[in-house]
Amino acid sequence: MKNTPTASSENSDKLAKRAAHDTHAVICRGVTKEYGTGETRVRALSGIDLDVDYGCMTLLVGPSGCGKTTLISIMAGLLDPTAGDVVLLGEARAALRGRKLVKFRAENIGFVFQQYNLLPSLTAAENVAVPLIIRGRPRAQAVKRGAELLEAVGMKDKTSSYPVQLSGGQQQRVAIARALVNDPRLLVCDEPTAALDARSGRNVMELLKKTTVHPDRAVIVVTHDNRVFDFGDRIVSMSDGRIEKIEVSN
Amino acid sequence: MNWLAWKMLTGDAAKYLGIVFGVAFGSLLIAQQSAIFVGLMRRTSSQIIDITEADIWVMDEAQQNIDEIRPMPETRLHQVRGVSGVQWAVRLYKGLVRCRTSDGNFRQSIMIGVDDTSLVGAPRSMLQGSVADLRRPDGVIIDAAGYRQLFPGQPMELGRTLDMNDRRAVVVGICDVTPPFQTFPVIYTRYSQATLFIPAERNTLSFVLAKAKPGVSIPRLCRQIRLATGLKAMSWDDFFWFNVKYYLTHTGIPVNFGITVMLGFIVGAAIAGQTFYLFTLENLKQFGSLKAMGVDNLHLIGMILFQAAAVGIMGFGIGIGLAASFFEIMEISGQADLRGMYVPWQVIAITGTAVSVIVTIASLLSLRKVLVLEPAMVFK
Repeated sequence: MKNTPTASSENSDKLAKRAAHDTHAVICRGVTKEYGTGETRVRALSGIDLDVDYGCMTLLVGPSGCGKTTLISIMAGLLDPTAGDVVLLGEARAALRGRKLVKFRAENIGFVFQQYNLLPSLTAAENVAVPLIIRGRPRAQAVKRGAELLEAVGMKDKTSSYPVQLSGGQQQRVAIARALVNDPRLLVCDEPTAALDARSGRNVMELLKKTTVHPDRAVIVVTHDNRVFDFGDRIVSMSDGRIEKIEVSN
Repeated sequence: MNWLAWKMLTGDAAKYLGIVFGVAFGSLLIAQQSAIFVGLMRRTSSQIIDITEADIWVMDEAQQNIDEIRPMPETRLHQVRGVSGVQWAVRLYKGLVRCRTSDGNFRQSIMIGVDDTSLVGAPRSMLQGSVADLRRPDGVIIDAAGYRQLFPGQPMELGRTLDMNDRRAVVVGICDVTPPFQTFPVIYTRYSQATLFIPAERNTLSFVLAKAKPGVSIPRLCRQIRLATGLKAMSWDDFFWFNVKYYLTHTGIPVNFGITVMLGFIVGAAIAGQTFYLFTLENLKQFGSLKAMGVDNLHLIGMILFQAAAVGIMGFGIGIGLAASFFEIMEISGQADLRGMYVPWQVIAITGTAVSVIVTIASLLSLRKVLVLEPAMVFK
């Protein structure tokens, strides 16, 4: 079903009010995403209904091209859905536009990328400090906080190292610290173990589980690495732009 | 955010230096060639620059520059002196003469014949001897660069003799002058003496130099002289630009230098623009991450403009520094062709503007890429 803008807005408001009173960090209803126009139009997501809860780690799994990345992009406020309603941390996504959305992301969402995306010319502590600097914190203060976060992820002795001097696992730890430095309410991780060997991958997932899962925070991890499925509290399996099944871990 | 932009810019030293080099190369070429052009234009008017005592230059109505002279009869001097508002007026000869030294060396030279009594028009900066020595029989003052051309490898000393038009001349002074357009020696002597050193002509008066009485408007006096004598009368400044304009419009110099300056601009813009664009492309993922983490487009524009300004200022400084060093080294080494040339502030300003355009073009190319960047691309 396609929603008219007015209907969509009303639905979003209702959902947002509901989200304020329950445990859902992200609520998706009938989320559809299409790319291209005319004959080249491709449907990446078809009517997704999904709730992501605070205090648990939700894994989005599925084969390449199933729509995982599109879904987390929408849930992270990086992409607009073609249709459907999304409520992010109690705010209707449709109401978040332009600078308001940018500010919302900076204040509430942390990112962990597959390729870490650390700035090569910054030290580990400086990299961790970047989100704070973006929010206007004085550099010295931000870097000090970055060093503290690095200590929390077991990288105390690497605060002055540059990304090129770190292993893949260590770089991902720095990226996790960077994602946490703003104390975000939603943490979005895109294939955090894809570029790592099995042991490093498990270490990173252990770290994510230990340091990020928090009653006031929701963690979404996109992965197709079945070796780390046991870390998820909920596993959402996707296929062909739809949710196939949702498993809840014991 | 500027700190972050700076760190991103300098993170890859090779690329950073490549961009700075592009801007510096462009600046160097623009500044150096523009300065040589300005220097050459100044040289076309070197004798005008060096004679500052007079307010007004009077010459034949048909004269178009300082080098192609139509001599006037001596009576013209008295006509100018008779114009109300003229405090004084004196004769000046300017022409070319062939100079021969005792060892057989010869050079075509510029001869300046100054007023016998007042010596108005004589050089101001003496290295050896004094201007008053021009009053000695057969006395001439020669510029230092000309001396080296006429007496190569010989020590600079007074008393050497020259032969001009089968007449003996004695070097009584060595001076420093603004280098002339033709790199000929400049020889000063008294007007009456000059007429003997040159081949016989019916008229020998090249210019009348006049001084306005205190409080008299120079443009008005020029008009009065024109009306009273039918001669061309111009202020010092107007004559300088009149002469420069002649060379600008009647020679290929501006086109030639214009092409080189344009090439400097294009090459500088191409190197800096392309390297800066590639630098941004390679950092697109980083910019995407920053966008995802909450940096808005306004701040990204600020970061890129800061990076562009940083490389622009650095490249500009290096380019201007190299251009200035080039002229300084030429001056120290005694290279006659570029003697007296320097980078004037106007050239620095023009180069600065050109560099601003170069870095603006470079940053605009990059900005477009960053502004249309979807933050969701960080997940791709």
